[in-house]
Amino acid sequence: MKATLRVRRFDPDSDTPEAHFQEYDLDVEDSATVLDGLIKVREEVDGTLTLRCSCRSAICGSCAMRINGQAGLACNTKISDAVPRGGGPITIEPAGNMQIIKDLVVDFQPFWDKVRAVEPWLQPEGPEPETEYVAPNDAMLHEAGVMACIMCGACVSDCTVLAVDSNFLGPAALAKAYRLVVDPRDDAEASRLARLDEYGGVWDCTRCMECVEVCPKGVAPMDRIMALRDKAMERGHTGTYGARHADAFADSIKHSGWLDELKLPIKTFGLFNIPKILGLVPVGIRAQLAGKRPPIFHKSIPGVQGIRRIFDRMESRR
Amino acid sequence: MRYALYPGCVARGAAPELYTATLQVCARLGIELDVDSMRGAACTGAGVLQEKNERLGDALNARTFALAERSGLPLMTICSTCQGVMSQANKRLTQDPAYLAEINADLAEEGLEYRGSADPRHLLWVILEDVGIDKLRSLVVRPLTGFKAAPFYGCYIVRPSSALGFEEHPDRQDALEQVIEAVGAEVVDFPGKTLCCGFPILTINQKNSLRMVANHTLDARGRGADAMVTPCPLCHLNLDGYQPNAAAAAKKPIELPILHLPQMIGLALDIDPKAMRLNKHIVSTKKLLSELAVAP
Ligand code: SF4
Ligand code: SF4
Ligand code: FES
Repeated sequence: MKATLRVRRFDPDSDTPEAHFQEYDLDVEDSATVLDGLIKVREEVDGTLTLRCSCRSAICGSCAMRINGQAGLACNTKISDAVPRGGGPITIEPAGNMQIIKDLVVDFQPFWDKVRAVEPWLQPEGPEPETEYVAPNDAMLHEAGVMACIMCGACVSDCTVLAVDSNFLGPAALAKAYRLVVDPRDDAEASRLARLDEYGGVWDCTRCMECVEVCPKGVAPMDRIMALRDKAMERGHTGTYGARHADAFADSIKHSGWLDELKLPIKTFGLFNIPKILGLVPVGIRAQLAGKRPPIFHKSIPGVQGIRRIFDRMESRR
Repeated sequence: MRYALYPGCVARGAAPELYTATLQVCARLGIELDVDSMRGAACTGAGVLQEKNERLGDALNARTFALAERSGLPLMTICSTCQGVMSQANKRLTQDPAYLAEINADLAEEGLEYRGSADPRHLLWVILEDVGIDKLRSLVVRPLTGFKAAPFYGCYIVRPSSALGFEEHPDRQDALEQVIEAVGAEVVDFPGKTLCCGFPILTINQKNSLRMVANHTLDARGRGADAMVTPCPLCHLNLDGYQPNAAAAAKKPIELPILHLPQMIGLALDIDPKAMRLNKHIVSTKKLLSELAVAP
């Protein structure tokens, strides 16, 4: 089949180090992957094209890049599937949220630093077992979902919070943290959760699901982050705005069946958190002037008793 | 075409303009709405409740689906977040009969049972799949010629794609662009259109949330957009309601009006902007409306 690859090029050592797109028309097998196409370009058309790859089978995690604006593995994406609806070239760019070194190669140092920051090793306590530690099968099966991570950085590339705040630990490191928190051989759950509860940790995720969508291994980092939030709250870390927001949200639904938009921020920040509440005032006044303010008297929906019963049953079961 | 309308909390609370615009536009498009059957339905949990207890969220949504089944009507949403949360819950409930049976045991006390037939769909998809883009085009009485609109979807109506029926309905992926074109306007494409508006972290990390607002609106503006159009009232709350704060934090003027999807359609159907409360936005729509020569 014929296809055009539109590749973002950047060479810091060139006389004019400016990023630009270069198009390559290719004739490839129908089964060819984007990586096959790029290697063909490098070998037959333009030897200066720089990219990372090794296994060509979605195992080593080195070929993550943005294909038509979305991160993925080049070796795991068929050219025939990547041709945009309606035709046209396939746009290929380096992974996002990381510094570009050259062409499609980005600097992974911050990625590794963050993985290291969650202390990705088991921290058992007490005497060593006499023989090997026998972990329950179910626990390991559950963990396997996260251990499938190949550290490719696709999730980090497209994380919407990392795009505005490089301090965020990000989806890959937090998924790794989850794997250790739930590991039956690890005894550092309390200190891990305490640290994950801080700025840059689990509460900074905006639940955009980009990481879930782009992960080639089904790791679902966001779901792990949500599970970490739940665990942090269960451990008594209920003081963050995030935890208070989740609590206030649930209370509102339980109480009236729907959201009380006036009470929610007050409960989240605390009635006596004067600076935060005052911070809301200009927004409130603007909304008031525009006639956009939610109703002051928040009425319960009909049948709210049924909703409360569901809450009671589910909460008592936990 | 009759639907049970599930408006969601925001259209009944902080974004009443979405609710009125929806009623008026649907009447013109031949979409009949039953606004009563879903009055007793709970909030979807918006993904927040699910952080604490996913099963509880699924039970509340199963209850909503059971109410829809009882009405005998297909369920229509007008919020990207409601849509996504419902789609995900429905997927979990319908792909695992044992799970559904357990959840139904919790609904039984109220005399409800979810049989698995609900197919919640956003107004955007209803327009695409039931009304039809051609029909919409033919109903336009005042094409929005020259109006440059940047689409902004809201995370939950684009991800995770596996729960949103994109395989059976590939058209859903550019539904908003299709509607913008059908009303005679021009699409301003920009990479932020499927990204996060920042609303979920507004009370948790306001700085980051406002940066997202500023990035998207400034990018769209820079590409020549006259306004942004969204099917998600939560995105609207942040992109419109917090745009002044975002502009102050970014130290740049923005002034980009944010329209709810039905408001834009309504303009092309010559519905009075005031009746759609376009004068009740935080970012003024005055200049935009006068440019479109539909000044109130
Ligand atoms: S869900 Fe959270 S971690 Fe995942 S990409 Fe979005 S903000 Fe980043
Ligand atoms: S979680 Fe998925 S996308 Fe992220 S690094 Fe691991 S394998 Fe790659
Ligand atoms: S080359 Fe190894 S994952 Fe693509």
